[in-house]
Amino acid sequence: MQSTRRLWLSQCIGTAALAEIAAAQEHARDAVRSSNPPPFQTLDTAAAAEIDAITSQIIPSTDGPGAHEAGVVFFIDRALSTFDAELRGAYREGMAAIQQKRQEMFPESASIAALSAGQQIQLIYAIEHSEFFDLLRTHTMYGLLGNPSYGGNRDQIGWKLIGFENRGAYQPPFGYYDAHPDKDSQ
Amino acid sequence: MSGATFRPSDAVDFLVIGAGAAGGVMAKELSTAGFRVVVLEQGPYLTEKDYRHDEIKYLYQPGLTNDPKIQPITYRKSESEKAKPIKAVEYGRQVGGGSVHFTANYWRFHESDFEERSTFGDVPGAGLADWPIKYADLEPYYTKAEYDLGISGVGGVNPFEGPRSKPYPLPPMPVKSSGVLFDRAAKKLGLHPYPAPMAILSKPYQGRAACVHCGFCESFGCEMRAKSSSLVSVIPVAEKTGRCEIRPNSYVRKIETDAHGRVTGAVYFDAQRREIFQRAKAVVLCANGAETAKLLLLSKSKRFPHGLANSSGLVGKYLMWDNGGEALGLFEHPLNEYKSIVATRVSHDYYRADPKRGFYGGGGLDARFDYYPASFALHGMPPDAPKWGADYKKMAGEYFTHTMAVLAHTSSLAVLRNSISLDPDLKDRWGVPAMRVTYDYHPDDAATMKWMLSKQVALLEAAGAKKIWTTSIAVEDMLPSRHLMGTCRMGNDPEQSVVDRFNRAHDVPNLWIADGSSFVTSARQQPTATIQALAYRAADYAIRSVKG
Repeated sequence: MQSTRRLWLSQCIGTAALAEIAAAQEHARDAVRSSNPPPFQTLDTAAAAEIDAITSQIIPSTDGPGAHEAGVVFFIDRALSTFDAELRGAYREGMAAIQQKRQEMFPESASIAALSAGQQIQLIYAIEHSEFFDLLRTHTMYGLLGNPSYGGNRDQIGWKLIGFENRGAYQPPFGYYDAHPDKDSQ
Repeated sequence: MSGATFRPSDAVDFLVIGAGAAGGVMAKELSTAGFRVVVLEQGPYLTEKDYRHDEIKYLYQPGLTNDPKIQPITYRKSESEKAKPIKAVEYGRQVGGGSVHFTANYWRFHESDFEERSTFGDVPGAGLADWPIKYADLEPYYTKAEYDLGISGVGGVNPFEGPRSKPYPLPPMPVKSSGVLFDRAAKKLGLHPYPAPMAILSKPYQGRAACVHCGFCESFGCEMRAKSSSLVSVIPVAEKTGRCEIRPNSYVRKIETDAHGRVTGAVYFDAQRREIFQRAKAVVLCANGAETAKLLLLSKSKRFPHGLANSSGLVGKYLMWDNGGEALGLFEHPLNEYKSIVATRVSHDYYRADPKRGFYGGGGLDARFDYYPASFALHGMPPDAPKWGADYKKMAGEYFTHTMAVLAHTSSLAVLRNSISLDPDLKDRWGVPAMRVTYDYHPDDAATMKWMLSKQVALLEAAGAKKIWTTSIAVEDMLPSRHLMGTCRMGNDPEQSVVDRFNRAHDVPNLWIADGSSFVTSARQQPTATIQALAYRAADYAIRSVKG
């Protein structure tokens, strides 16, 4: 396929631009260089396990890998250590509120991670309209579907899940309808 | 980054403030005409090597736009409220300005846009006015812009557009699935869809390579230099003259004037936050529809107690911005809309205001997909879909590749109370008063958006969508807004406008203001072509007036 694409590109834009195409594709490759699993910088191991338990219900590992395998909690740790450092307090308070809710709902339990999947889901239903859950969900999506260089989206798990190819350059046809422009859609 | 270097004590011929869509054009026109030009840009000087396909950097964080952490903005709906910190407006903040990260829609205004007050009549509660110029005055400059920058499209196929003196320099971009579906549906409804005119190269042009359809246009910089920003088109030409210096990381806090009321230069903070005064014989303000007004209001003096060029009291007033709701549709087969440019088909059938609708307003429509993986997962899914869990995961897996949008670009009325002013309390990191935004919809703007949404839904139905949903059009949900217009409106009467018909300030003979702020009406959004055409025209007249 690579040679076909190169041929198409050289026909369309002239060989002078091939170096620039290579540069564009380098951008795509850059994006998938996941860093090795780093030690947590901001979260302690216990907090990380609790966050992992919740985000793993936001995108569960049913029918294939989810937030856990994508390393969402590593992305969150990276965010809280760098561009979202001012949200550390929100995480501390937000997680404390969830723990309180857990104790109310499941007084026998020791941690979110120790709850059954069904109990974790019940717990999320109880907090899903909070501001902190919005933040957790936002971070989960960026950790799942953002650039892997931030520690999440390992092995492009998120991109594979939604069908995003990350090739850096494409050629028409792009989808079914431009490949079949004369077919009636009905 | 290889232009001239001038000393602040050198009184250059022109000091341009803002290196965006308009400032880049000004830099090129003035320097190629033989003038010595310094361009002050508050943001950095980035190039294609700096850009990444990185949603976390450019969507989650303000990678290419104003950052409220260092330059807070406050917002309120009405003058009776205390404004609260919120990023209410967004604009490009680097060399190239918004033309670096814009979607690259490049619509000309229609002939009717320049005379809506005469043709439609008065709109209560709004300052609807005719422009002091007509489409024909601007037509040669639209053409010049299209050829200088590199625009792809097909001239003469939009039956509602004004006459053109030349076709587009480049053929249209290849149609995407959204364009095919839109085209088919629009024709079924008796409308007139046409290939979107885009500031993106469909073929190599002036030493730049063609688009490779990477799909990272809106909110991203183009690493191929295929998006025709001022950064890759006119600014290099300006620098090549050896008479133009682009000075990044230079944040202007005041334009200075002399005893005769003429501008003498500007005081700015450099990267080390040192205050520097750059002398100039004339100033061209191209800082965008929000920052231009802010800077004029900051430039108070004994002679100009209400801000520079503000004898009318209209600096900062009549703020207009990008209205329009979005309808999305799910289709049976994959569209893969994340590939290639955002929009490939447009319709202007509902563009012109029609009194029979019972309200002022209209809009253009385009078939598009302006989402990326994470932003789609967060904001693109239907409102009735689960927000998390196994069912959500399953849906996201299907929807990302099978969804397209129809976006409306609707009129934004000029309303006096909608404005840019200086926040009385909050300051930015440089100690400069923060920008305060006051804005609420005119009832006709809201009515137009609702009416257009019904048309958008009808198009998706006609296209055969399996499921259709719409996004909120509540003003709070539309922030931050872009396409900032109207805050230094153009007119013949110095009591009713800030700049004259050639973009020169009524009050200051050696000050030109050329960006979205001089717009009298918003047309139907997509202001970039008109911002640049006005800049070419203003440069033409500035050169003639200085040369005598």
